[in-house]
Amino acid sequence: MNQSPTEPLKRTPLHAAHLRAGARMVPFGGWDMPVQYAGVKAEHDAVRNAAGVFDVSHMGEFRVQGAGALAFLQHVTTNDVSKLKPGRAQYNWLPGVSGGLVDDIYIYMVAPDEYLTVVNASNIAKDWAHLQQHTEGFDVTLTDESDRWGLLAVQGPQTESLLQPHTDTDLSAKKKNAFFPAKLFGFDVMLARTGYTGEDGFEVFTDASEAETVWDKLLAVGFTPAGLGARDTLRLEAGFPLYGHEFSDTIHPLSSTYSWVVKDKTHVGHEHIRTAPTQTLVGLKLDRVPVREGYPVKIGGEVVGHVTSGTSSPTFGHPIAMALVNAEHATLDIFDVEVRGKDHPATRVQLPFYKR
Amino acid sequence: MTTTPTELKYAASHEWLAADGTVGITDFAQDQLGDVVYVELPEVGRVVEAGETIAVVESVKTASDIYAPASGTITAVNDALSGTPELVNSAPYEGGWLFKLDVTGEGDLMDAAAYEAANN
Repeated sequence: MNQSPTEPLKRTPLHAAHLRAGARMVPFGGWDMPVQYAGVKAEHDAVRNAAGVFDVSHMGEFRVQGAGALAFLQHVTTNDVSKLKPGRAQYNWLPGVSGGLVDDIYIYMVAPDEYLTVVNASNIAKDWAHLQQHTEGFDVTLTDESDRWGLLAVQGPQTESLLQPHTDTDLSAKKKNAFFPAKLFGFDVMLARTGYTGEDGFEVFTDASEAETVWDKLLAVGFTPAGLGARDTLRLEAGFPLYGHEFSDTIHPLSSTYSWVVKDKTHVGHEHIRTAPTQTLVGLKLDRVPVREGYPVKIGGEVVGHVTSGTSSPTFGHPIAMALVNAEHATLDIFDVEVRGKDHPATRVQLPFYKR
Repeated sequence: MTTTPTELKYAASHEWLAADGTVGITDFAQDQLGDVVYVELPEVGRVVEAGETIAVVESVKTASDIYAPASGTITAVNDALSGTPELVNSAPYEGGWLFKLDVTGEGDLMDAAAYEAANN
């Protein structure tokens, strides 16, 4: 992921905690990250059935402030940021100047004229440069706070009940996409009822220096540490597109099922994003053989697309995949996926694969 | 701690070879791979060269090629793996074996001590 082999991998504030928890560490987007602790299936199941905690401190945080903050965000994103109120979060896209996405992001409204955005770890430098390029004419100040924050995602059906005894806030009153300051284990944190697993949960913004203590306390009250492996199987089951797989600088963003993220307004690259995509993202289910990113998707021996993400679903016990296929073939029900020179039938299924 | 039985020989690519020609992947390899969900085995009767790609073991995350640790002819494959691929994780030296070879020539193999030293 754009990582030069000579450049040392960056470490999150939780690096030592991962090693203590027995994590297997791998390079990911320039970071040394835990791919698994006990095992992907066990961690996946813990999040689906109980509660897990992920270190997502590698993701970037930019603060956007000033009288022109809203106008600036409206200019550089596709969703309608004016719909946000203080204490609310919104999923959004950063479109490129000539089609494709620079990134997909979350925007958290702190106060009038003040927003916090969370961007993908591997895109921090690219997003920062892109946003800086578009500040001209706006009364706005951008601050890269990526090193200031520890970010933990606590996800799973038991999350609220496990957290509630350790916070001063009534969590049941906080709906999806709420964003609010709270005391957690005595620390000042920001909590957001958002996540990337298909389960209920919160993202916990901590001061980087306090992240390790908060992590240890979460483990002590029953959260299972979960790594990038489980994060990927969970997000794929939930049908969430991942930057670099289902989104990129060159993939038409409306190929995904997320056309609702584009609202009727003028923004960077708006003339490109409104053209019809030539490919459509579909969900595929196979009987046995797992299919991986890049494998050809075929109809009658002809290649009509390719797999963007694939795994064996721990929840369903069979392989699932997302694939970009030619729009005219996207309503067909049976495809073939070529695996090591042999075609295997795949059934198209509605996305998401999993809904709680 | 993963185990490395002393009566087996080992390839640098993490396959083990028994004296009777049985081949599997090591405890270390299955631990690194994580949850095995699918195994693609060769056809019986196939003649292979040491070092040739001969099978694929897929975990939740990734597909990994398996190489023949010796030259020879495939005489049997472990059909149990089609229904229970997780045997590769739970019993890598027993029920999780992959295939049997009628060995005509071994590749460059290590003893258990050398294999353990190479993977520490």
